[in-house]
Amino acid sequence: MLISLIVVIIGLILVYLSPLDYQQGLTVKIMYIHVPSAWLALLTYTIMTIYSIIGIAFKIPFSFIVNKAVAPIGAVFTLLCLISGSLWGKPMWGTWWVWDARLTSVAILLLIYLIIIFLNQTFENRDVREKTIAIFIIIGSINLPIIKFSVDWWNTLHQPASVSKLSSPSMDSSMLQPLLVMTVAFSLVGLIIAILRIKAEILIRKNN
Amino acid sequence: MSLRFQRLVLILISLLILGAAALLILFNTKNNIVFFYTPTELLDQNISFGDKIRIGGYVKESSLKKISLNQYEFKITDNKNDLLVFYQGILPDLFREGQGTVIEGLIENQSTVTALRVYAKHDENYMPASIKKELEKNNQWKKDYK
Repeated sequence: MLISLIVVIIGLILVYLSPLDYQQGLTVKIMYIHVPSAWLALLTYTIMTIYSIIGIAFKIPFSFIVNKAVAPIGAVFTLLCLISGSLWGKPMWGTWWVWDARLTSVAILLLIYLIIIFLNQTFENRDVREKTIAIFIIIGSINLPIIKFSVDWWNTLHQPASVSKLSSPSMDSSMLQPLLVMTVAFSLVGLIIAILRIKAEILIRKNN
Repeated sequence: MSLRFQRLVLILISLLILGAAALLILFNTKNNIVFFYTPTELLDQNISFGDKIRIGGYVKESSLKKISLNQYEFKITDNKNDLLVFYQGILPDLFREGQGTVIEGLIENQSTVTALRVYAKHDENYMPASIKKELEKNNQWKKDYK
């Protein structure tokens, strides 16, 4: 808890001290919110996919608990990514939103997260519900590579990847460092919320 | 093989098949998914005049002219073919000569387009402004980054 608070504060200080971009000026600082939340939106879904596969194949109840606990966290990160991206797009691209492949596939990811959250409220029978959700999550995971590679496969307004590519990052280390610290900070915050939610879910199930 | 691993293999195979199906659909509908065409692609495709279309490329160096207060004329290029663009409206902050752009507009004839919307497209390179100044001081700027 304390460690993640310290990392968040260090991250924010580094972002404050980070240099301005040669093209974008101050607006580049939106990146330190936008990119970590996008990565974590994808990471959360990847975790849910792995747990769904394990859960169905090996019938482990814990994986379904994780699925239920983590879905809203992923949805929030996706929403944060879309909102910050929109706020970044207006000054830089000249538009809040366009229907290019990257933006659309992330919007679909948000819809998938919302459907998962709503599915959790349906079905009286818990086994049926958990299995249905897990299958839905596995099918929805097809969207993950589409999001990642949309900028390479198609012409998009969104720029291609700067950090997560095979050659060295096309970003100066003075900007990469705060970005990575912010990513760690976001991950820790997400992890804390996830652990709390998983604990709460286990307690609820014990009481029933 | 135990029942569990049979299930695991079954899930992975179905995921693979589903993924392949999705990819086939996406790549065969490529024309509807691309956000813009480059000028060269546009010339190959023979799109009829008066169509609304999005074109992406770079703003050609020293081609941006201000006709009146908010009327602009510039060339969009992919380093092979150029298109002349007319635009009335506000240009985005990042719109500069040599920078990427996407325009949405009507094709007037083989080489001119009237833009209804202009977006700026930026690349994946981020660099502190101070480093650019230093590079310029040492005359290394254009050499390395253009």
